[in-house]
Amino acid sequence: MSGRAAEVMRTGLWSNNPGLVQLLGLCPLLAVSTSFVNGLGLGIATTLVLLLSNVTVSLIRDVVRPEIRIPVFVLVIASFVTAVELAMNAWFHELYRVLGIFIPLIVTNCAIIGRAEAFASRERPGLAALDGIAMGLGFTAVLVTLGAARELIGQGTLFAGAHMMFGEAARAVELQAFDGGFLLALLPPGAFIGLGLLVAAKNLVDAGLQRRQPAAPPLPAAAPGEAA
Amino acid sequence: MATRAEVLRSMRRAAGLLAGFAVLGAVLVALTWESTAERIAANEQDFLLRSLADVLPADGYDNAVHEDAITVTDPELLGTPEPVTVYRARRDGKPVAAVLTPTAPAGYSGPIRLLVGIRADGTLGGVRVVSHRETPGLGDKIEVERNDWIRGFKGRSLQDPRPGRWAVQRDGGVFDQFTGATITPRAVVSAVRDALIYFDRNRDALFAAPAGAAGLPSPAAGDEEEE
Repeated sequence: MSGRAAEVMRTGLWSNNPGLVQLLGLCPLLAVSTSFVNGLGLGIATTLVLLLSNVTVSLIRDVVRPEIRIPVFVLVIASFVTAVELAMNAWFHELYRVLGIFIPLIVTNCAIIGRAEAFASRERPGLAALDGIAMGLGFTAVLVTLGAARELIGQGTLFAGAHMMFGEAARAVELQAFDGGFLLALLPPGAFIGLGLLVAAKNLVDAGLQRRQPAAPPLPAAAPGEAA
Repeated sequence: MATRAEVLRSMRRAAGLLAGFAVLGAVLVALTWESTAERIAANEQDFLLRSLADVLPADGYDNAVHEDAITVTDPELLGTPEPVTVYRARRDGKPVAAVLTPTAPAGYSGPIRLLVGIRADGTLGGVRVVSHRETPGLGDKIEVERNDWIRGFKGRSLQDPRPGRWAVQRDGGVFDQFTGATITPRAVVSAVRDALIYFDRNRDALFAAPAGAAGLPSPAAGDEEEE
């Protein structure tokens, strides 16, 4: 069964990445990825909600009747998002102030209800939890990469605001690479361009991998993963 | 074929389930709220106190500023039709400074909410931005974490600079604008100036109003010089 687990991880992190392949949750992804720290904050919050909602949906999958499954999923997700929002307000107040509206908007991230419907409602809680973590980490990875790139190009800094998440000691890692910066990267068009480039980069890597093993028969499903 | 009774039963069961989950969700949210409410209130108060301390003369006052608050309304000078909170700082019961919370309505992407600390003598104790939606990298230089620009208001008053010079340089004033962003600093400068004018006109009434009051005791006092 561990082959199944590895596949779930690979699916979430790479081959069916919510940000790069499913293109779900674009609104928060594009809006919040103006810096590394913002991206990480929203990524962690989203991962937490995905994990909680996936496990819950999986646990109740035999109880919930098909005709009310969508409203029940929405209820579950909305409750967890509100709980996570309150918790962030209590323990990461400064970050909460920065992310503001995007925490409650996690509710509308289609990746979450998508996973509940497509995966968690059909699988054991353990696998559903793993899927939530994998999808969440995949989403976080895109948020963080895009955030870091936009921050560096747009304002010449990296990890700015890290103290909001990790306490005052983290000010030490906040880098100022150069002054000024290329403003476009921080504006909405920069977000679209950046995400487009990331998607293209992923496709390039995939194409490269495929070329290296020309007519490999699709039976050992684990092989391409190990190459990656 | 499902009979009418069967359909009804299945509808009832579905509705019951949905209601059950709604209750569970509400319980979860209520419990989280219960265990975080105190901390969140403390965070918010802490944030307010720190912001107030930023725009007030250090150690110049001895009252609980955040509790000695009133609300006033002046759409023209305070930038919003909503009631605006004014905090009063006192030492031995005597007025030291007031903190106004006006809005600069003419920001580049919407209103900018400000904290304007004004000493009793009419000089500025400091200005801070509470919230805004200005362009990252351009207009957000009004945040004190990003740029020292906003500190430049400290010590200014309606007489310094002279009335006609209360503007950004592009408009013939003394305040810097940012490269690529004039609208944002222009909005902030004129909101601060308007707050000073409001304070100048209502100084005594602002300090005289009892804490918690909505509106000033004698609204007519606004337009004429009293002393």
